[in-house]
Amino acid sequence: MMSTTCAFGIQTIPQAEEYVRILPELVLSAFGIAIMLLDPVLDEERSQKILGQIALAGTLAGLACTWYMSEFPGLAFSDMVRVDAFSVFFHVLIIAIAAVVILISYEYMAVQQIRAGEYYGLILLGTVGMALMSSAVELVLIFIALEISSISSYILVGFRRRDASSSESSLKYFLLGSFATAFFLYGVALMFGATGSTNIDLISQKLQTSPMQLLANVAFALMFVGIGFKVAIAPFHIWTPDVYEGAPAPIVGFMSTAPKAAAFAVLLRIVFTLNVAGSFWLIWVSAVFSMTLGNIGALLQNNIKRLLAYSSIAHAGYLLVAFAAAPDLGTSAVLFYTAAYAAMNLGAFAVVSHFANVGERHVTLEDYEGLGRTSPLLAATLTIFLLSLIGIPTTGGFFAKFYVFSGVLRANLIGLTLIGLLNSAVGAYYYLRIIVVMYMRQPRKEVPAAPIPFGLAVALTLSIGATIYLGVLPNRALQYTQHSAQALLPPPSSGSSPPLRASETF
Amino acid sequence: MNTNGLSSSILTLVTFAPLAGALLLVLLPRRDRDIRVFALVVSLLTFVLSLHLPVYFHRPQTGFQYEVDRPWISTPNIHYHMAVDGISLWLVVLTTFLTPLCVLISWKSVHERVKEFFILLLILETALIGVFTSLDLFLFYFFWEATLIPMALLIGMFGHEHKVYAAVKFFLYTMIASAFMLAAILWLYAQTGSFDFVVIRDQITHGAIPKFPAAAQWLFLGFFLAFAVKVPLFPFHTWLPDAHVEAPTAGSVLLAGVLLKMGTYGMLRFNLGLFPQQSRENAPWIITLAIIGIIYGALVAMVQPNMKKLIAYSSVSHLGFVVLGIFSFTQAGLNGAMFVMLAHGVSTGALFMLAGLLHERRHTYEISEFGGLASPMPVYAASYLFIVLASVGLPLLNGFIGEFLVLSGAFQAKPIYGILAATGVIWSAAYLLWMYQRVFFGKVTHPINNSMGDLTIFEKVAVWPCAVSALVMGIAPILWLSAIDPAVQAALTPFTQVAIRVVGQ
Repeated sequence: MMSTTCAFGIQTIPQAEEYVRILPELVLSAFGIAIMLLDPVLDEERSQKILGQIALAGTLAGLACTWYMSEFPGLAFSDMVRVDAFSVFFHVLIIAIAAVVILISYEYMAVQQIRAGEYYGLILLGTVGMALMSSAVELVLIFIALEISSISSYILVGFRRRDASSSESSLKYFLLGSFATAFFLYGVALMFGATGSTNIDLISQKLQTSPMQLLANVAFALMFVGIGFKVAIAPFHIWTPDVYEGAPAPIVGFMSTAPKAAAFAVLLRIVFTLNVAGSFWLIWVSAVFSMTLGNIGALLQNNIKRLLAYSSIAHAGYLLVAFAAAPDLGTSAVLFYTAAYAAMNLGAFAVVSHFANVGERHVTLEDYEGLGRTSPLLAATLTIFLLSLIGIPTTGGFFAKFYVFSGVLRANLIGLTLIGLLNSAVGAYYYLRIIVVMYMRQPRKEVPAAPIPFGLAVALTLSIGATIYLGVLPNRALQYTQHSAQALLPPPSSGSSPPLRASETF
Repeated sequence: MNTNGLSSSILTLVTFAPLAGALLLVLLPRRDRDIRVFALVVSLLTFVLSLHLPVYFHRPQTGFQYEVDRPWISTPNIHYHMAVDGISLWLVVLTTFLTPLCVLISWKSVHERVKEFFILLLILETALIGVFTSLDLFLFYFFWEATLIPMALLIGMFGHEHKVYAAVKFFLYTMIASAFMLAAILWLYAQTGSFDFVVIRDQITHGAIPKFPAAAQWLFLGFFLAFAVKVPLFPFHTWLPDAHVEAPTAGSVLLAGVLLKMGTYGMLRFNLGLFPQQSRENAPWIITLAIIGIIYGALVAMVQPNMKKLIAYSSVSHLGFVVLGIFSFTQAGLNGAMFVMLAHGVSTGALFMLAGLLHERRHTYEISEFGGLASPMPVYAASYLFIVLASVGLPLLNGFIGEFLVLSGAFQAKPIYGILAATGVIWSAAYLLWMYQRVFFGKVTHPINNSMGDLTIFEKVAVWPCAVSALVMGIAPILWLSAIDPAVQAALTPFTQVAIRVVGQ
């Protein structure tokens, strides 16, 4: 299959089909650059609205291109990019998240009086990076895509320029984030040393016979650190609460879903395609710590953004649990979880960013007192998202957790399952606190209830629809995730022996 | 009359009629009167629909009836599998019977956020019926968890002084306990590839699960813990008094009347049904806890200065009888356990309504605040006395039948169980009658109580059906037991088989 010319990177001119395989990225970049170019030309007062609409059109075009791209599965550009059901799934998810974030941002930007067109441009360009992460099968390209997505998020985090906490979080995120990507790059280098390749498929073949297992293990551990930082799993989660607190609320919604989904896509490729022998305990320990520290941390929070930050650490932990399951069940559980989590978490942040008001004044739990009386619709909406985050039946969050834990139990990891289930019961407490505050306290006078604008209403409807749909009729989504999971995993006939998976013995 | 066609979809109708009503209620404008009438109509309609179940039920036939089994989610293999047998049949009817009464008793007492209240009440009814009708373990867990939220919100939004504390405590206690049940359910699914109760039971009895013997004890405990917290079995009962005291009247009625029975129903269906051998092995300590619960609950009830707390602790005591009856593994004991569940649902439901009426008039549950109420409120006093006597276990009323059967079952199992539990009957007479005496007899100690009005028409319509059914259940228990008995017999078959096997060897 692999010709020598290909390995040396000397190839004929790319075919047209190969461009189709990165068409969504191309279109999104084009829209992003167009926004950057138009921004200085347009009148400052009106530019916000127009640029926002261009960005939304860009994401819709991106979705259409993804649909078109899905007709052309295969490799592109010297085997650096692969289009299959797996990458299509993440493209759809990530671009849809971007579209919803843009819808949420309309009102937010107007209320916060942030006049900056590049905000929308950066969201689109970040999306390019994330989408590319999900389809790249070349470690160096993955690194570049990771950087594209990270750099735009560093800037987006600092967009509340008048607020010191926003600048602080931007700087913190930038310093720690570049440190973490360096780890990833170092891991890539070591992996190249161990196997002589940076292509995931080639590495996977070489590792079967490679004598340098130790080096491969170290390389995997280093890459795990880099990815672990992006998805905020313990012990690489310390930055999360501070950064989430300072960043603009819609961006937090974005950051906690889209880049995470992309990073989990990369982690899925690395864990399940490479099958590095030493990965099991790394994942086990990190999952347990993420769930426990995330939930305990969230118990003590009074700021709703910090609370949701800790909750996102816990959810990353639940997601990581699925990596300990068998590859087929684990992968489809991860895919389902990222989609369900995106729907509910984005919805929650949509409510938070609507409610935050000028300068994000209303972000503490006390501000939510009596919301059930002052704006019952908003409170009911947030309640549904919180119930889904708890994992109550008829919500997507329930099935997400359910697939993860039933997958892990299939692999007979009873300890991990029990720790996870107990954690999710503990986690119920802090989500419940928000519901309690909204419905069971008297409303406070000074917190005004603003009407819900159209863009936000659409975003909330989409999020609620997705959350309930995944909770009542998860069948189709699940079948799709299983189909996608099969695309990721090597077919059993390829002759590779089933991976050795450590069992949970203490 | 196409009863066949109706019979195949009756369970779906009964289960989801209240939910449909709740969804319509969301759309209704906030005119409180209309909302109350609508909720009443929906709950009455559900009750009438549910009467189809006992009327067309083939009583001598064991096994499940009105079965619906459709695939819902293909992977994992989850079915929409619903059916009732003689055990769950009456619990469904109990739920649909109590809900319209809850609507009536809340007619005047809930005057703020009326819409939310009735929406939650109807959602709760759907979830409760679903718990009793589901035969798919997943569906069961689904409804089980779904009862939590409307109940917690009812307590937390419409309760009294420390409502938030009580709501959160209730929620967390049951949520954490059911995490263990979920783990057990998932384990069973991982081994059998099915959530279906009947399939799993057959696989277990045929020894088709190789890893089962090693895990059975843990699975039993996983289910048992979730149920024991719900019942609540001593020492898991501490959430109950808080929840009851803070809950609004309708919440208390459904909490005591139906929610607690979810636990005992679960033990009967799942612990006994799936793990007969482990049930037998664990019976001694469970029965010990049940008897401690009977006596401890009664003694604590006796010293309560708060009427609602007194009734709450009396529930701990009565539910101890149910657990004792279930784990006696005798025909009489199980029949009695079922009958106590129903009787307790009716009479304690009525007691909570009556206590709620006092609170509405005086805004307190303190027994010392009352005294001599018999003269200003004669009808109320008479109704109260009737229900108290039913609860105490006066022959010809419903409490007597159940307790008698449980005690005779307990004696068959081991005389000491019967002797100890029988003292509970004396205690319950003591605390209820003493409370009655302090509240109703003597002179009116607080002049303000002279001006208290007697039962209104709504309150009569809410309380008297309970009194009537307490009487009917006491006079003609066969109407209920004829359906319960074959189901109980079927539930006990694995136990008699074990006994035969032991004797045969």
